[in-house]
Amino acid sequence: MKQDPGRYQPLSYFQLMEVSLRELLVEKGVTTEAEVRATLEDVRARTPERGARVVARAWTDPEFKARLLADGTKACQELGLDVPALRLVVVENTPRVHNMIVCTLCSCYPRMLLGLPPDWYKSRNYRSRAVREPRAVLAEFGLRLPDEVQVRVHDSSADMRYLVLPMRPAQTAGWSEERLAGIVTRDCMIGVAVPAVS
Amino acid sequence: MPEPEKQGQTTISTEGSVVDPRFSAGDRVRVRKAYPLGHIRTPFYVRGLTGEVERLCGSFPNPEELAQMRDGLPRRPLYRVRFVQHDLWPDYRGRDADAVEVEIFEHWLELA
Repeated sequence: MKQDPGRYQPLSYFQLMEVSLRELLVEKGVTTEAEVRATLEDVRARTPERGARVVARAWTDPEFKARLLADGTKACQELGLDVPALRLVVVENTPRVHNMIVCTLCSCYPRMLLGLPPDWYKSRNYRSRAVREPRAVLAEFGLRLPDEVQVRVHDSSADMRYLVLPMRPAQTAGWSEERLAGIVTRDCMIGVAVPAVS
Repeated sequence: MPEPEKQGQTTISTEGSVVDPRFSAGDRVRVRKAYPLGHIRTPFYVRGLTGEVERLCGSFPNPEELAQMRDGLPRRPLYRVRFVQHDLWPDYRGRDADAVEVEIFEHWLELA
């Protein structure tokens, strides 16, 4: 729901619940305002650029890529990216297999690497159709896969989180890691797009 | 806290009691066709269907118990099971090799 922040709006039911709960928790000493603010800052600091760094490193360092595919959580720690309590599974796109990610039950998402999920990722439309007709969904994102490419959908139904490792475009030979990271978008790492060189 | 141990490709925390995994990669498994109430992480669209264990992910507290404010122990083995799209949706339009992989706890699986 988009609201004009410059206009007075009464609090919605859930906004009121959030304020009440937060104030109660602070009053009872369970948390503090400073802790809440620090957590929000931390959430906002996580952006898809983190995931792009991981992908660019995997593209330029085959040994890192092997470690990333074997244990995503551990490999991310090498880059100083902490993936607390959750297990990261990195799935690699190849000329024969295209991977995409969904959470049909709720909205599980690799937030530690991609930040907050886009609204469409949480929509009933995407969640139900990604497993039912993935090729049609991908086509709506502008990605038409040839028949010889297998589509593999990963439903994050429990404790694992997924990141798609896209294929490195052929035209990027000799590019620096930083330049490579620039073409790795959020959607490429969810698997509804592939990196493009303009 | 004890050191994590390595099992297969996944690091598994050794905190709390754990159930030994019954299945391994390549096993054909069928998902229980059951509809209990509660916080169930097994999607409806795979219940009663057969797939193949892609990997053992590790062992995790049972979410059905956690949702009831219990400790979820012993931890249960969690697998990634690969289903062929045509088995899930008989009218699936796409190639035969297209697949969906779903994480399923062991107590929802039996050998097919």
